[in-house]
Amino acid sequence: MFMWEKAVVGSRRYWAWIGALAAVIAMGTLFYLRQLQLGLGITGLSRDVTWGLYIAQFTFLVGVAASAVMVVLPYYLHDWRAFGRIAILGEFLSIAAVVMCLLFVFVDMGQPMRVLNILRYPTPNSIMFWDLLALAGYLALNAAIALVTLRAERQAVAPPGWIWPVVLLSMPWAISIHTVTAFLYSGLPGRPYWLTALLAPRFLASAFASGPALLILLTLVVRRLTRFDPGPEAIRKLGLIVTYTMIINVFFVLMEVFTVFYSQIPEHMEHYRFLFAGLEGYAPLVPWMWASMALAALSLVLLITPRFRERRETLALACGMVFTSLWIDKGLGLIVGGFVPTPLGAVARYVPTLPEVSITLGIWAVGFLVVTVLYKIALEVREEMAAL
Amino acid sequence: MSMDRRTFLGAAGVSALIVVGRASVQPLAGADRRGPAGETCPLTRWAMVIDLRRCLRDRGCTDCFAACHRAHNVPEFPDRAHEVKWIWREPFERAFPAQGSRYTEAVFRGTPVPVLCNHCDNPPCVRVCPTQATWKREDGIVMMDWHRCIGCRYCAAACPYGSRSFNWLDPRPHIAALTPDFPTRAAGVVEKCNFCEERLAEGLAPACVEACPEKALIFGNLEDPTSEVRELLRTHHTLRRKPELGTGPALHYIV
Repeated sequence: MFMWEKAVVGSRRYWAWIGALAAVIAMGTLFYLRQLQLGLGITGLSRDVTWGLYIAQFTFLVGVAASAVMVVLPYYLHDWRAFGRIAILGEFLSIAAVVMCLLFVFVDMGQPMRVLNILRYPTPNSIMFWDLLALAGYLALNAAIALVTLRAERQAVAPPGWIWPVVLLSMPWAISIHTVTAFLYSGLPGRPYWLTALLAPRFLASAFASGPALLILLTLVVRRLTRFDPGPEAIRKLGLIVTYTMIINVFFVLMEVFTVFYSQIPEHMEHYRFLFAGLEGYAPLVPWMWASMALAALSLVLLITPRFRERRETLALACGMVFTSLWIDKGLGLIVGGFVPTPLGAVARYVPTLPEVSITLGIWAVGFLVVTVLYKIALEVREEMAAL
Repeated sequence: MSMDRRTFLGAAGVSALIVVGRASVQPLAGADRRGPAGETCPLTRWAMVIDLRRCLRDRGCTDCFAACHRAHNVPEFPDRAHEVKWIWREPFERAFPAQGSRYTEAVFRGTPVPVLCNHCDNPPCVRVCPTQATWKREDGIVMMDWHRCIGCRYCAAACPYGSRSFNWLDPRPHIAALTPDFPTRAAGVVEKCNFCEERLAEGLAPACVEACPEKALIFGNLEDPTSEVRELLRTHHTLRRKPELGTGPALHYIV
């Protein structure tokens, strides 16, 4: 079977980390059981803000999942040898991200026991149906690719030929998962904040910045904790990818701002007003959104200046900024900003509750656990091979 | 398969009720399923005209809301965030955003307007539902299956009128007086106005229409050229909510 034996032996530090994650997961699970018993009323969601933190995390993480294509495509299609050591880390990261996505959708369901109704009554006109298929398919593709290539590596043979079409298929599939996720929102007539054809391209640009930024940070952490070294070239190229995609992302945001504010259509402007200035004195997201903007601007200064981009410390700092900025933008602002004001113009209130935040942290901890275990397996296999 | 006498009689009774119910609704619906050229066309398109001139004679009146919510076991949650409502009122400027100028708004601002599901011709809620738990009937009523709904609330995000409510908690303890003829809901499903399809099936007008002391709510078949709703649409200028979205609301307001 899969090389699970690698994950159950480790240092004291490894087990302390696993234990900490398990504690967070246990806390989230307890709160989820409470939610299961009482209903979603224990969250901060309401009649007017019907989606919140859960669906926002889902949306953000679909982006992280899709971003694996930023390593997979150059490596397999353009033969960028520099990505040889980190391609599998990108694939494993996307597996963890899809697992989190599915969990976030699941905990958001009012009737989780009926979730398979989506498959029992397949509905092609529902974007949610396609999104579920896209995510499940992407999980399967990445799991197959990672497993097969890692096993081949361990046996010191070339991966079997049939995996190449699968790898090729996974590339457009990665684009599709985030496009379809954007379609969930951008096709709704009464939600002007999302009703823009630029939403899917914006999603992709921000995903291709935040995902590789996270991958750089994870790789640097792994490099510090283990003997694994991705090589300077891989990090440099990833840094370049983050730079360009972040520039494109900020460009897209500015496009949106121009259309909304030059057209002066009130329903379109109100959402931006709510996010960046507040409406009727209610401004919970204003500091967050400006922080996101400031971090985006600062990160671009660091990324565009070659001196800072080439230095590992400043690159890591810039990546942290990119990731935080885009997490705020998508993981907080995107969903709540679409619901406030309501289609009737009311300024609805939403603040996540303690149970809601705990469940959210629990799922993030599941993601970190999956990444930790999969990375450990991959790196141990590498070390084993190197020792031979 | 065996069937005892009791089950058989029960089934026979229900079948008879359905047949009688269908027959009795025919006069309301108009007779023929076929159009003049023999092509099949929907013989019924239920719609409502809300005459605000009559409605506003008594601004404090909530009879239609009470009748509807009682008939359908709509719960009353203490927390406004968890509110479930099928028919309620909104200030004019919320029901019809961007309709008035600064000067007309001074007249209408704050005027209570009854709102409910618009039973759209082209309902976005139906388009997005991943399980077909909500669908549009041939007669235009947008329906809900509370046993199939997975509670994803995509329909609530899609509705441009805020017509859908979600049961954030168990609604049953919050139903003031239980009406046994109508089902209650579980926590975790979406609900909304059903145009009283259960009453239409018995040939009755919707509960809100019946309850209105001013006869401000007029219900009828748009496909029937002689119906009162058609007459009102012919003789009055009416407003629909957000017609520019292409949803085709079946509710028309006389201002």
